[in-house]
Amino acid sequence: MARQATRRSPRRSATRLSSSEGILKRGASTSAMRRPHRKGWLRGYFKGHFQALFLSLGRVSRNPLSSLMTIAVIGIALALPAGLHVALKNVQGVSAGWEDAVQISLFLNQGIEAAEARRIAEKISAMPAIEEVVHVTPQQALGEFRQYSGFGDVLAVLDENPLPNVLLVRPTKAASEPLLVEPLLHELRNFSSVEMAQLDMEWLKRLYAIMAIGERGVLVLAALLALAVLLIVGNTIRLAIQNHRDEIEVQKLIGATDAFIQRPFLYSGLWQGVLGAMMAWLLVTLSLWLLQGPVQQLALLYSSNFSLGSLEPAGVLVVLSAGGLLGLLGAWLAVGRHLRDIEPT
Amino acid sequence: MIHFENVGKRYADGGEALSGINLQLDAGEMAFLTGHSGAGKSTMLKLIGLIERASYGQVIINGKNFSKLGRRHIPYVRRDIGIIFQNHQLLNDRTVFDNVALPLVIAGLPYRDIQRRVHASLDKVGLLEKERMLPLSLSGGEQQRVGIARAVVNKPPLLVADEPTGNLDPALSAEIMNLFAEFNQVGVTVLIASHDIDLITRMDKRVLVLDKGRLVDGAGEQGEVQP
Repeated sequence: MARQATRRSPRRSATRLSSSEGILKRGASTSAMRRPHRKGWLRGYFKGHFQALFLSLGRVSRNPLSSLMTIAVIGIALALPAGLHVALKNVQGVSAGWEDAVQISLFLNQGIEAAEARRIAEKISAMPAIEEVVHVTPQQALGEFRQYSGFGDVLAVLDENPLPNVLLVRPTKAASEPLLVEPLLHELRNFSSVEMAQLDMEWLKRLYAIMAIGERGVLVLAALLALAVLLIVGNTIRLAIQNHRDEIEVQKLIGATDAFIQRPFLYSGLWQGVLGAMMAWLLVTLSLWLLQGPVQQLALLYSSNFSLGSLEPAGVLVVLSAGGLLGLLGAWLAVGRHLRDIEPT
Repeated sequence: MIHFENVGKRYADGGEALSGINLQLDAGEMAFLTGHSGAGKSTMLKLIGLIERASYGQVIINGKNFSKLGRRHIPYVRRDIGIIFQNHQLLNDRTVFDNVALPLVIAGLPYRDIQRRVHASLDKVGLLEKERMLPLSLSGGEQQRVGIARAVVNKPPLLVADEPTGNLDPALSAEIMNLFAEFNQVGVTVLIASHDIDLITRMDKRVLVLDKGRLVDGAGEQGEVQP
């Protein structure tokens, strides 16, 4: 005490003594304040969450490199199913118009003149089951071939046009049913001047079957990668818990509840998941942007103005909430397993 | 405030750290707990801080029977006990202010109250001007005082200290002990484990003596003093 007295001025000692009564006056009696008052419970609850939200964000930003690594891994894991989903949606978009555009190509005999072909076309379009018949003359076909195939120079070698007259027959919607279209095909094939009649349906069915497999595949992949995200976040949080072991012990020693201790870890998981999902969105958008040019080129070759669709707003929402939920769940599993093991000794 | 009734503690390896402890420490009392190393001082403090549970007998602190306390309730009970550790148990990556503020943050107090009370508490232990520093840049005595400031900041009715002067020179030790005496003067019950016999004698307070897990002196009104 002697040392203390020489070190500090008397005035200061006096204030210290009065403040000691100030801070401990209620010491012997109150403990009510330590349990949050019922009225302020909700406010305290939100305040605690608010604090943990920013504390966890601080933790994420304090280790930018390792956080970025985790977020990138989550991003890639989420980008794969999201990207495949977008690709599938685009393929479906392209092929959606095809189903009701059942078309029969009639290749007429080689010797038939254009006038004769026009007469046959009129005759066919008069049939009740037919919506429209388009006559493609050999000259038109040759022109298209020259323009799009890239083999235009080869044609110069040929003496005469090898292409026949072609009638593109589109049945009415009612006649396009698979059961009705088969007899129609048979009927058209029996025309004397028809060399060959071709119905482009089988490949469409196959395409749809393949797309159904693709859809299922995306789901399976998404489930597997969701599990991966869960494990990644769980492991990251497990390491974080181990790194904060001392802190957790101290917090428990001075009366922190499990809820208080686990909150920042849960929010860390949530942040990682959401930021990973944003990374995934970015990756998908970037990939689509890179693909846009070549795809448009391809679409031009099919004389289509098709443009690559990106992740729709609802899809973005799904990716973001999936990321957040997976992050939270992974953190929750890790916290549940590892927080209880840490007890002060 | 502290009531032990035939309390014993056996560890998993079969060693009996405490046996048949009877003790009554009233509210507002100040007492020292002493004895050789391994006599059971730390175990007794761990029972009070709910870090260990008694193998048998009743530990009743501040009216709460610990043997009937569920895991869920432990944090709330600990908030009523200010514990001071020999190794300080400070968070070394947080400032002095944040360390002292932690019990109040846990209790969910508004920031304005936290600031006011942390300042009052730091002023009390004479470290107000060091609130922005990290614990490791302080001396051992200063770190110990940060620990004390944290223990008293939420005004617990009971203060428990485990060798609070363990690594300090005599002058600093006396300063720390006087701090505890000041808290006791305003009504806080204080129990200090220490083997510094000289210091304890000079403080002239009740002394509980442990020997090989038995309380051999100072047990209080209900305690049986054994020869």
